[in-house]
Amino acid sequence: MAGISFSEVRHTYRPPRGKPVLALESVSLDVQDREFVALLGPSGCGKSTLLYLLGGFIPVESGAITVGGKPVNGPGRERGIVFQNFALFPWKTVRQNILYGLEKQGMAKVEREKRTQDLVELVHLKGFEDSYPSQLSGGMKQRVAIARTLAVEPEILLMDEPFGALDAQTRALMHEELLAIMRRAPKTVVFVTHDVREAVYLADRVAVMSARPGRIKEIVDTKLKSNARGEELLQTREFNDRVDHLWKLVRDEAIRAQGAHE
Amino acid sequence: MSRTLTLETAARRGSLIPLSTRLARALIRGLPLILVAAGWQIAPSVGLISPEALPPLSAVATAWWGLLMDGSLASNGVSSLWEVTAGLGLSIVVGIGAGVLMAWYAPVDAIVSPLMKSLYPMPKSALIPVMILWFGLGAGSKIASIFAGCLLPVVLSSYNGARGVDQSLVWSAMGLGASRRRVLWEVVIPGALPEIMAGIRNALAISFILMVAAEFLVGQNGLGYLISFLGDGGVYDAMFAGVLTVAAFGFFADRVYLLLMQRMLRWRE
Repeated sequence: MAGISFSEVRHTYRPPRGKPVLALESVSLDVQDREFVALLGPSGCGKSTLLYLLGGFIPVESGAITVGGKPVNGPGRERGIVFQNFALFPWKTVRQNILYGLEKQGMAKVEREKRTQDLVELVHLKGFEDSYPSQLSGGMKQRVAIARTLAVEPEILLMDEPFGALDAQTRALMHEELLAIMRRAPKTVVFVTHDVREAVYLADRVAVMSARPGRIKEIVDTKLKSNARGEELLQTREFNDRVDHLWKLVRDEAIRAQGAHE
Repeated sequence: MSRTLTLETAARRGSLIPLSTRLARALIRGLPLILVAAGWQIAPSVGLISPEALPPLSAVATAWWGLLMDGSLASNGVSSLWEVTAGLGLSIVVGIGAGVLMAWYAPVDAIVSPLMKSLYPMPKSALIPVMILWFGLGAGSKIASIFAGCLLPVVLSSYNGARGVDQSLVWSAMGLGASRRRVLWEVVIPGALPEIMAGIRNALAISFILMVAAEFLVGQNGLGYLISFLGDGGVYDAMFAGVLTVAAFGFFADRVYLLLMQRMLRWRE
């Protein structure tokens, strides 16, 4: 129902000053309902642009993106987004941030207060409801952002390097929390990252993108057979083989991206 | 954790520091002012400066009391306050509207921006005679002058503030179901508020300059008028009392504004 299809999407970035840049060149990709797909690639390969196109924040100029068979035409509540910089409203408290989308939905007051409280508990922020984002750590901020996005019950979660600004320990904890949330209420996830291990650990499939102009270079199945989790899984042969394979693909592109800049 | 936080806040506010230390600190902070006041009193009294050029502080204080009792401070102060409030208030409303719309809608920017840029370097006090010509000798011309002088700092800070609002905040709101118009009210303006409030603080200082300047030129009422009237009449102790009153007015207005600003932006930490 919430499957996603990119077909031959091209995008040219036009900076206010300077020459237009071809950011994406004929990207085609299908994401199944409730599948977790990571977009992996060197910085500047257009993977975030692809996510913003899917989000409807920038218009699709060439090619087509459909969600559940319908073409994307502007932002929509069924596609929730989480940004690397958290993008919380700094003048709103934790509670007010989470409430925002529910107010837009026109949900009754009692109901939305209850739902907000549930979400605060889901992301382990009980006791911080009345804190402002500036009073929270990076990990806590991202948990608020995830709760705010989950509040409106999107079918698809768009994540733009959501854990890229966090330290390694916090990131590992967030991975577990995200997987736990997904087990409870599965969603289709498109997850942008340049961290190979993160991609393999979280995703069912990893789409490796080439250096600019971005294309899908290879799609690697990363649904692992092992039942291990956490530290244990990271030690398995299966996990590390996938990481090695993807790392080689990404490294080639990163070198190409370097060359293109010089 | 919350306990240490409270303690820190309390320490910052000074309630844990002994009273004697706090008094000593206040004295040290006030010392330069006390020295100036003492010099002001002594220099004219011993003939170091002519009392004509600088009447002793005690004489100024006596004259101030006289102005207070005969009601001239109240009546002129009220009209000055009204001009500043009206002129500044108008510039805030119009300025925020213009600045934010310029930042949000390219066509508005294209039309208004060149006007703003060409008016920017112009000293706004030069407009006072024009305003007198258009609005007459009453409060209208003074309000218009203050409005004209305060408008640009508010427009520019609103414009810059609105442009500086993070794209991801706007997109987050839209993704959560807000329309473009709601985003303007609920994200762009609150996001721009720190810059807008800093711009308004500049405008507040400018409003006092223009208020006094306009009242110098248009002799009917106001604290500026009182100063120039007393100066022309050679009543210098009272003239200085008027100058001090305007200075105190400006100082307290800024302090009150700062408190308001801290309160409204308390989320910033």
